Amino acid sequence: MTPGVPHSVLAVVAAVLLGTVVLGLIRIWRGPDLADRILTAQLFGTTGVALLLVLGQIQEAPALRDVALLLALMAVLTMVAFVARVWRAEDHSAAPRPPNEHSDAGRGK
Amino acid sequence: MSLVSMLQSVLVLSGALFFLIGTVGLLRLPDALARLHALTKVDNLGLGLIIFGLMPSAGSVAVALKLLLIWALVLAASATAAHLIANAKYVRQRENADGASSTPQLDPARDAMPGRGNKHAAP
Repeated sequence: MTPGVPHSVLAVVAAVLLGTVVLGLIRIWRGPDLADRILTAQLFGTTGVALLLVLGQIQEAPALRDVALLLALMAVLTMVAFVARVWRAEDHSAAPRPPNEHSDAGRGK
Repeated sequence: MSLVSMLQSVLVLSGALFFLIGTVGLLRLPDALARLHALTKVDNLGLGLIIFGLMPSAGSVAVALKLLLIWALVLAASATAAHLIANAKYVRQRENADGASSTPQLDPARDAMPGRGNKHAAP
């Protein structure tokens, strides 16, 4: 049974990861585009997974590994939902969409 | 401290270092498409190193494989998200190509972080 990584080393790693997140906030504040802000959200997802795994090792709480797994899933769902619904919707924001002439809805038999 | 513990510590610390490098790239690269490179490649490598460092401390083989699965999932998720963001950003970039470009041009005076050695930054 390996004794494992000493807790001081893991605490340093957790502090560095937290500093990474704080530095990412600068990009959220400064980023001139919407793309910059949403890719910083991806940074939060990846760094959050790493931080949860390290904290799960420090506190000997294995449940945090499952939380990290769920966070990874939620991050990709958030990204897909944002790009498909919010970002693409801005392209169609001005004019209402014309009715589709090729659909069969409403045609009598 | 045993040899395995030292190796684990080296792996975990270099993983944290890669995260830091990725964030420096996020702050200093000129365009959103370039920042996506730094983010997905470097941060996922850092996460992989941290997971490889934590895997020998896992209780059983099943838990170690679960850690590896978390890394594989984050890799796939980051690749998907990066592709979506890059695609949408590229489409907008082409739409604005005729008029004024919405992408920030390379401007060292604007993007430089303040510091003593940086002649472009504001004092």
